[in-house]
Amino acid sequence: MERTALRRRLTWQTGTVTQVREETSTARTIVLDLPDWPGHLAGQHLDVRLTAPDGYRASRSYSIASAWTGEGVELTVEQVPDGEVSPYLVEVLKVGDPLEVRGPVGGWFVWRPEDTGPVQLIGGGSGVVPLMAMLRTHAHAASTTPVRLLYSVRRPASVIYRPDLKDLAASDDVDVTFVYTREAPPGEPRVGRIDAELLAAKAFGPADDPTTYVCGPTPFVEAVADLLVAAGHDPSKVRTERFGPTGGPR
Amino acid sequence: MSADVPTHLDGNAAAGALRELFAVDVTTAIARCAGCGRTGVFAEARLYADAPGLVARCPGCEDVLLRVVTTPSDTYFDLRGLTYLRLPNTP
Ligand SMILES: Cc1cc2nc3c(=O)[nH]c(=O)nc-3n(C[C@H](O)[C@H](O)[C@H](O)COP(=O)(O)OP(=O)(O)OC[C@H]3O[C@@H](n4cnc5c(N)ncnc54)[C@H](O)[C@@H]3O)c2cc1C
Ligand SMILES: [Zn+2]
Repeated sequence: MERTALRRRLTWQTGTVTQVREETSTARTIVLDLPDWPGHLAGQHLDVRLTAPDGYRASRSYSIASAWTGEGVELTVEQVPDGEVSPYLVEVLKVGDPLEVRGPVGGWFVWRPEDTGPVQLIGGGSGVVPLMAMLRTHAHAASTTPVRLLYSVRRPASVIYRPDLKDLAASDDVDVTFVYTREAPPGEPRVGRIDAELLAAKAFGPADDPTTYVCGPTPFVEAVADLLVAAGHDPSKVRTERFGPTGGPR
Repeated sequence: MSADVPTHLDGNAAAGALRELFAVDVTTAIARCAGCGRTGVFAEARLYADAPGLVARCPGCEDVLLRVVTTPSDTYFDLRGLTYLRLPNTP
């Protein structure tokens, strides 16, 4: 299945929205039925294309949030104020609507259950989306590979997937740490960014030889990747996914 | 994200555009820069998606590795910054 998927030139396909779920006041999950979907790997993304009545088109990349279980593909979109595409996806798109996508794509920022060695996930804001696909795939495959997630958010209300993360954190193989940059919940005194000290306390160290996946806004990804390399992690085992503007009409 | 600092993405973000041109995933291929000779996974190139089209630059020397420009009728694909792309025969 995966083989044929990788051996074919891609074209756009039209899916149907079967469900929408509010995750936070600005982020929502969209469940798509895609009859021609070949399956995907955790961490892959797809491109969404919107076409206006006058023919103007804009496309953007979105990570796949769900593990592939044979049906449906989930995206989670955070609304960017004044954005061209994300406000439509978060506020306008409704169940039953068609949505044009191209994917799955991207074979580098992926985790496969057969990969061995500890996995360190580090996400900022909506950068948790492909990491969630990895956590869900880990659970779906009943993998015992140790996984840690460091998830940086502004405040408790910005946490995407809170109930799912709580459930996953109950597993012995998954360790979840929230890092609050503006406002922490009661009883959690620390407010601040991910720094060397926090990485040393909560993340796998270089001696554990983890594969580390870092995803979020470009400045977040760069800051964290620099800290990891400075702490002695092998740069070839630090994989990044920058959620910067994917821009432009197409 | 301020407008005057061009921010880049990862080469991985070009996967969709490249998979419309190629039958294989080029983002996991090993690419050799014609400028400085650096070899690395294409997914780790610096991708600028807000230029007209897509421009991928070498993370070592910043030279242009690859450029894709799509017009309503054609796609232009400029690879002059690459000495080679190495792909496995079986994915
Ligand atoms: C591989 C990849 C995967 C992605 N996955 C997701 C995902 O799972 N969920 C998700 O919500 N987004 C994701 N993104 C970001 C997404 O592609 C869009 O950039 C985002 O939705 C904004 O698009 P827009 O059309 O609404 O804004 P635009 O019209 O493109 O931009 C409006 C303004 O916002 C700024 N801006 C654009 N994008 C961002 C951003 N991401 N952060 C901060 N400022 C921005 C622009 O510079 C501009 O000033 C991903 C990006 C990449 C490259
Ligand atoms: Zn170079």
